[in-house]
Amino acid sequence: MINIGLSHYLVLAAIIFTIGIAGIFLNRKNIIVILMSIELILLAVNINLVSFSIFLNDLSGQVFTLFILTVAAAEAAIGLAIIVVYYRNAGTIRVEKIDNLKG
Amino acid sequence: MIIHAIFFYTFSFIAIISAIMVTVSRNTVHSVFFLILDFISISCLFIMIGAEFLGMIMLIVYVGAVAVLFLFVVMMLNVAQQKKILFKETENPTHVPIGLIITLIIFFELIVVIGGWKYKPELLNSISTQTLTETSNTLSLGSILYTEYIHLFQLSGMILLVSMIGAIVLTFRKRSGLKRQSYLKQISREKDDGIELTDPEFNKGVKIDD
Repeated sequence: MINIGLSHYLVLAAIIFTIGIAGIFLNRKNIIVILMSIELILLAVNINLVSFSIFLNDLSGQVFTLFILTVAAAEAAIGLAIIVVYYRNAGTIRVEKIDNLKG
Repeated sequence: MIIHAIFFYTFSFIAIISAIMVTVSRNTVHSVFFLILDFISISCLFIMIGAEFLGMIMLIVYVGAVAVLFLFVVMMLNVAQQKKILFKETENPTHVPIGLIITLIIFFELIVVIGGWKYKPELLNSISTQTLTETSNTLSLGSILYTEYIHLFQLSGMILLVSMIGAIVLTFRKRSGLKRQSYLKQISREKDDGIELTDPEFNKGVKIDD
């Protein structure tokens, strides 16, 4: 318990990943919270990459974390733009009302 | 070592609690604030285990840009009104048990993987870029980011450019009845178009804009 190793960080990342998945499944309020859950999932992946990189003395994990950060920022920007356009057109962002495709 | 453990448990506890609060909070603005808290505590963890550059970049990019973007959109979309509509209707939460079951299955799968996991013996020989011990984290990261990974770096810049253009194009809206500045019109204006010399008759004046 006292010696913090790689497994501790992996468990932390697993817990945050699971919370993100649960946020996507359980949320019916608005779609912004779903986007935030996706950010949580990407954060968990980042924790995994950084902790492996530190404990294996391999820098490439941190480089890939930088790229994931870039992609996450781009994804958030595009997703929020889509949400703004959808709200302008449909007047709601409630998840259960967004059923135009009848899927 | 004990300090390391104390800091690890503190920050990870804060991170987990705030991650839970992001998903269960009723108010979306509170969710965004808890997301900020989550990012801050995870970046503290990153700084603690020796990835200082990434921790600082997380603070700048996520807390400074992404979370503020989220806050901006939440403020703009009038979520409070959405919530009022939600509470009027009756909910039938059939998705909750199924979602919880799937979530628990995923969690146990991850825990099983972590529990039964160990290095392959030849893994330590296959490390691609060894961390330099005598230089700082930022220096060693920069020295491989701009040499070995330069193409991926350029590609991520392209991703940011495309997403910027995409966001602008998506939210751009042409409004009618708006007087805009037209640079082309302004710079292509000549002396003959701008000035007209007339010789008005006495007591009649000049008509403008005909």
